[in-house]
Amino acid sequence: MHVFIIAPVLFPLLMGLLTLASWRRKKTQEIVNLSGAFIQMLISFGILYLVLTKGIQVIQIGGWEAPFGISFVGDTLSSIMIVLSGIINFSVALYSISYMLKRKMGEDMLKGQFQFAYYPLLNIMFMGINGAFLTGDLFNMYVWFEVMLISSFVLLSLGGSKLQIEGTFKYVTINLVSSAFFLIGVGLLYSMTGTLNMAHLADVIPTIENQKMLTVVSLMFLICFGMKAAIFPLFFWLPASYHTPPISIAAVFAGMLTKVGIYSLLRVFTLMFIGNVAFTHTIILWIAGFTMVVGSLGAISQSDIRRILSFCLISQIGYMIFGLAVFTPLAIAGSVFYIMHHIIVKTNLFLVSGIIHKIKGSYNIKKLGGILNAYPFLSVLFLIPALSVAGIPPLSGFWSKLFVIKAALEQHYYLISIIALAVGLLTLFYMMKIWNEAFWKDDPEPNKKSDKMPWQNLFSRDFIFMIIPVVLLSGITVVIGIFPEPFFNIAERSAHELMNPEIYIKAVLGSTMN
Amino acid sequence: MESLLAILIGGLFAAAVYMLLRRSIIKLIIGLILISHACNLLIFTIGGVIRGKAPLIEEGEKQITGIVADPLPQALILTAIVIGFGVIAFTIVLLEQVYKTTGINDTDDLVNSDK
Repeated sequence: MHVFIIAPVLFPLLMGLLTLASWRRKKTQEIVNLSGAFIQMLISFGILYLVLTKGIQVIQIGGWEAPFGISFVGDTLSSIMIVLSGIINFSVALYSISYMLKRKMGEDMLKGQFQFAYYPLLNIMFMGINGAFLTGDLFNMYVWFEVMLISSFVLLSLGGSKLQIEGTFKYVTINLVSSAFFLIGVGLLYSMTGTLNMAHLADVIPTIENQKMLTVVSLMFLICFGMKAAIFPLFFWLPASYHTPPISIAAVFAGMLTKVGIYSLLRVFTLMFIGNVAFTHTIILWIAGFTMVVGSLGAISQSDIRRILSFCLISQIGYMIFGLAVFTPLAIAGSVFYIMHHIIVKTNLFLVSGIIHKIKGSYNIKKLGGILNAYPFLSVLFLIPALSVAGIPPLSGFWSKLFVIKAALEQHYYLISIIALAVGLLTLFYMMKIWNEAFWKDDPEPNKKSDKMPWQNLFSRDFIFMIIPVVLLSGITVVIGIFPEPFFNIAERSAHELMNPEIYIKAVLGSTMN
Repeated sequence: MESLLAILIGGLFAAAVYMLLRRSIIKLIIGLILISHACNLLIFTIGGVIRGKAPLIEEGEKQITGIVADPLPQALILTAIVIGFGVIAFTIVLLEQVYKTTGINDTDDLVNSDK
């Protein structure tokens, strides 16, 4: 019982209001947002510390006891996600300072009124994300999803270029349909159980007679969260929309939004829908395989860095739900570890591609070249997350793949493990494709104007705030890679909580049950 | 009454899916509106449909007497309606923007961001 647990939800709301109050004063807005993001990150570390030392934290909003009121629950998985969202929030707050500076070339900087809406919306979106991570009530989760979605709709269309509007339209449509599935699932579940509190649901669900109907409902949730997480047959909106907005927005989306879907899948398919694991988790297993393969094949065929990264994101999603599908403590721990590694690395890759674009004025790897000679430091910054995604030891991606695949082999899922390993090779292939084309080969247009721009120096004011977060995130990647043990211990602890739902149930309902 | 509502909800879902699969953007939005209404009605029906009895505890009683509708789903759809209203309003404005910037009203032609 600690009120502090709702701080990650309330604080972004406060920051959203403050940044809104400094409308039209860009400098103030930046300073307010940056300091807010820093405090937010400290709060998130505080939450993790609290949960790790004192166990699962629960607060009943309004003092209504557990199954009746709305509970906020911070268990290990939630607090890991909160910490990750805090880190990403801070990185992007830093990055935006340089990124949103007036540029002499390029077309996607926000103009006029739009630039003032950017920070408030970003903060409100983080409120929605954190709310979804912390809530212990299924309908409340729907509400947080909508908070997150409506601000992401506006962020995605901010600036209003032709491509953006088109991408947003696809994104909005698919998300509204997925919200409808969520509502249907919630409704049907309530009609069978008479409760919406997730811990109480987990308690009641095994006693229901009509278990077959329950499987149907669980698939409703699989479809709904799967659309948000971009799993195999439901991912087409992602590569159609994620490459359209300004890169700092795309980085947050790629880092956090799909992971909200993964988090929800992990939550409901370990806590509530575990009555028919042989059926539901086998479906998830096959979906995971297809997601990995289709995502990486898509990435190979692209030549726009952002689109390569979008498809790469889909293929990585496959690994995360692969761990969920195998459904052993080691596999779940592997999934959680993968999420930690992935959010950091994927955001980092998008941020680096933004720097490349600011220097060269293009995202197309065919038009890029010669970056290694001109900017060796930037090249190293790209190489770290790129190799990490591909799973090269000793970077974080290696360990995350190792844990997931080891767990799968222990359960004799040989075919799908081979697929996962092969997809790792493909990942290396298309990451090296970016490396060879954009960094290694000679610049195809060596005398272009952009090379004479004043931002030659990466440590000038135009760039320094874009470089710092990239260095920070790359540093985290290396640290996770070299010292994986503390991170894996936390992941294992969350897996222990997820695989033994009674811990969660007891923490939430403990005071009302005997 | 419940079975009548069930048929209505089924019809709404069918119409919504049909509209969602049409190529015209405006019909797609009608489909989205219908699907959100169908969901709201579904949740409404779950609470039970009982006439003329409020779920209030009479004076002097400790609990509700007689059969009443479950008030919670009604509270849920109030939330869902408000959210749905805002989101649909945004979508309609977005539709206007799509038409203004691209001049397209056919979902089959909206392929530029897929290239």
